Amino acid sequence: MRIHQKTSYDDDINLFEDRRQAFWYALLVAFAVALPFLISEYHLGEFINLLIWALAGMGLMVLAGHTGQASLGHAAFLACGAYMEAWLNGKGVPFLISLPLAGLFAGIVGAVIAIPALRMSGIYLAIATLAMGIVAEDVIVLLEPVTGGISGTYVGSINLFGLEIDRYANPTNFYWLCLAVVIIVTFGYANLLRSSTGRSLVAIRDSEVSARAMGINVERTKTLAFFLSCLVTGLAGGLMAHYIVSFNYEAFVITVSIQMLLMIVVGGMGSIHGAFFGAAVVAFLPQIITAIRQQITYTAVAGLDTGIFAALLVAIIIVEPMGVYGRWLKMKAWVQLFPLARRDMFRRQKSYLKTERMR
Amino acid sequence: MEFAQLVLGGVAGGCIYGLVALGFVLIYKATESVNFAQGDLMMLGAFVTFQFVNVSQWGMPFWVGVPLAVVVMAVVGYLMEALIIRRLFGQPQFAVVILTIAIGFVLRFIAGLIWGHEPLNLETPFAGKNLNFLGLAIGVDEVFVIGVTLVLTVALYIFFARTKLGMAMQASSQNQLAAYYMGVPVKRVHGLVWALSGGIATVAGVLFAARGSIDPNLGLLGIKAFAAAVIGGFGSLPGALAGGLIVGLAEPFAGRYLPAGYSQIAPYAIMLVVLVARPNGLFAQIQSKKV
Amino acid sequence: MSLLVAENLSKSFGGVRAVDGVSFEVEAGEVFTIVGPNGAGKSTVFNLISRFYECTTGRMVFDGHDITHVRPDQIIAYGIARTFQNIELFDHSTVLQNLLVGRHSRRKASVLENLLFLPRVRQEEREHRRAVEEVIEFLDLHAHREKMIAGLPYGVRKVVEIGRALASGPKLLLLDEPASGLSVEETQDVAYWIEDMQKEMGLTILMVEHDMKLVSQVSTRVLAMADGKPLALGTPAEVQSDPKVIEAYLGTSEAA
Repeated sequence: MRIHQKTSYDDDINLFEDRRQAFWYALLVAFAVALPFLISEYHLGEFINLLIWALAGMGLMVLAGHTGQASLGHAAFLACGAYMEAWLNGKGVPFLISLPLAGLFAGIVGAVIAIPALRMSGIYLAIATLAMGIVAEDVIVLLEPVTGGISGTYVGSINLFGLEIDRYANPTNFYWLCLAVVIIVTFGYANLLRSSTGRSLVAIRDSEVSARAMGINVERTKTLAFFLSCLVTGLAGGLMAHYIVSFNYEAFVITVSIQMLLMIVVGGMGSIHGAFFGAAVVAFLPQIITAIRQQITYTAVAGLDTGIFAALLVAIIIVEPMGVYGRWLKMKAWVQLFPLARRDMFRRQKSYLKTERMR
Repeated sequence: MEFAQLVLGGVAGGCIYGLVALGFVLIYKATESVNFAQGDLMMLGAFVTFQFVNVSQWGMPFWVGVPLAVVVMAVVGYLMEALIIRRLFGQPQFAVVILTIAIGFVLRFIAGLIWGHEPLNLETPFAGKNLNFLGLAIGVDEVFVIGVTLVLTVALYIFFARTKLGMAMQASSQNQLAAYYMGVPVKRVHGLVWALSGGIATVAGVLFAARGSIDPNLGLLGIKAFAAAVIGGFGSLPGALAGGLIVGLAEPFAGRYLPAGYSQIAPYAIMLVVLVARPNGLFAQIQSKKV
Repeated sequence: MSLLVAENLSKSFGGVRAVDGVSFEVEAGEVFTIVGPNGAGKSTVFNLISRFYECTTGRMVFDGHDITHVRPDQIIAYGIARTFQNIELFDHSTVLQNLLVGRHSRRKASVLENLLFLPRVRQEEREHRRAVEEVIEFLDLHAHREKMIAGLPYGVRKVVEIGRALASGPKLLLLDEPASGLSVEETQDVAYWIEDMQKEMGLTILMVEHDMKLVSQVSTRVLAMADGKPLALGTPAEVQSDPKVIEAYLGTSEAA
């Protein structure tokens, strides 16, 4: 078992617990950077997919995981980012400006949507965002001049200071680009969580009344959470546009929103890690399922991926409400304590239903 | 004339939405969790009936197959609660929402495995038959849908107002702990509520299948029923039916009088307007917390 | 000039007058307790001062500022911090994080600075930590610093609530039934802390409490209420022997 002696307040404020933890994360980043040299271009595509979903997942996590405002329509903001990026790209706006603008656009739309959403909570918010997601599909089709209607739109390659970045021509560059965006956002997210803003989000999630008594402007903070969440999701949408190149409204249907939410639940609610674990499941589970299926039959089974993903989710919620990340923490603790871990160390408290009709 | 036809179609469609919404509201009232898989239960109910009734399948008589399917689906609903949902007892609403969404996906997958993804038709005794009433061509299926919904609503009303079980369900919805102390077996009541809404979902499924074809994605209709439940306030049974009728009527009229592309969002638009104007539905149940 | 002046406070819910023309003044440095039977309007007065309820009539002046219409999330910036009768902590955070939320009103850095975690933010975080550490020291919470609220016993949670309010560095501390649900020993601890907060920190405390032993031990003055109206005001001994108060608590033949 590792014992950590804290000697200054900075030990709690720093991003990493100690040098050892910092070392492991540095190693992970180094590995991620070196990845294109280690695997084939085909597999690299899966990792790009992972990064984009992790980014989208982080966006949703800010709102659902840390502020406690479930959104079942987040694909709409993915669409905001994607179409904005495609449009700006088509106008010849440089990528370094267009991607942040795409994110900002999604963020502002999110903040505007937050205004009516502030008055709702719990299940009503979930349903309203669900309806918003469905309406968004139709809005995309109706905004034909920008979105290309049903036939969809196309996004060109990225030119970054003369460096050509294209998902097909040079996937390695595109991978590094996505990695850079993900690292920057993760860094900002981690900073947020260790500062007063992050604490105010969590405070609203756990008790709005006392958050208010502690001086947190609940309305403004929720709007901020919507803004940040949608901004990050919009960035993911912008990258996704370049990843799928040509797309229409079908890339952002309501089931995508739902899967995003399921993804972060699988990964582990209320942690940045959860977004990454969830994205890994979403990116690699279909590959694993296909590999196993091919051992049995070569005929494709419709809906197999979704079905197994959902069944896995049911199992996870029942045995491990904190998702893959929660299980990971327990396994780590078990190894560190070996052989002293006890079965009841992680026992959950039994509780009766607290009514949520009171707000 | 066209107007009357639209109203009739809208009311019949609205009854189905209303019945699915009824299932949502039942479970929400009694257990305070929202069953996002209600639409998928309806889908499964329709398929089970299809399996029992159609000549190409087991070929039971319609009036035997349907009650049997209702019973089977009630058992499915009960088992869902007893084996899965109950394990989340006392956890936040949100966990149950996610869980039931996932269950919905699983049900859709299972239905796809068994019955395939092609649209299928349920054989009903009144398919394609019409009644002529004051020059109106009234489909027997529409009469059937409206009639069954009326009967079921009255039966449910009596059940909740008069029977011991119905009152126990109401009690446990008001305050679980207090109901438990008063000797209501809260867990079993929850199971029975799920069974009941499984049964109602099947009726809704059969009614839907009487008017159209069924496929595993039928459950997505549940989202429209959701809109109905919300418009109705998510806590009142008559409200759910009223909401269903509003959504059901909005659809054909929006389809007729609005430009293409706008019509399918009508139910959601109504719901969003209701939510923005009355954030907790038309018949609010949420009260502000006392500190 | 008193620290808090409440003039003619009234609050109606529908037709019911929960508080009806209550006036009082809280002097700086005293422990002012409101007592009364259930439904007397104590909690309503409390919620009026902490701005969770809007007054129907009346006026409140705190430390020279009119606070009658201040938003509930701004009252803490004036120096009024409160606790809740039925503990309202952030259950899925540690004690430390809960206490740090208490510092929210003292934050200076913007959201953007937080995102970038500029040196100034670090400096601020250190200051918050130092302040919170003093609260931990004072309330003897060392052993629980890193623990999740959800796993803590009731008594400790109650103390964390006081700590969270204290962390904001208030001038006036509102304690809503600080001893409810506590054991005799824990209540005694609360009594000591209240005395220390008053004497060592120079805090003014406004408290609603049922436990008369605690009330008479720590209170400078007591306001007794019944049916939304003030009954008696004075030292604990005076109020406890006031015939009107005894009548309100025990009931009279005409009430029965």
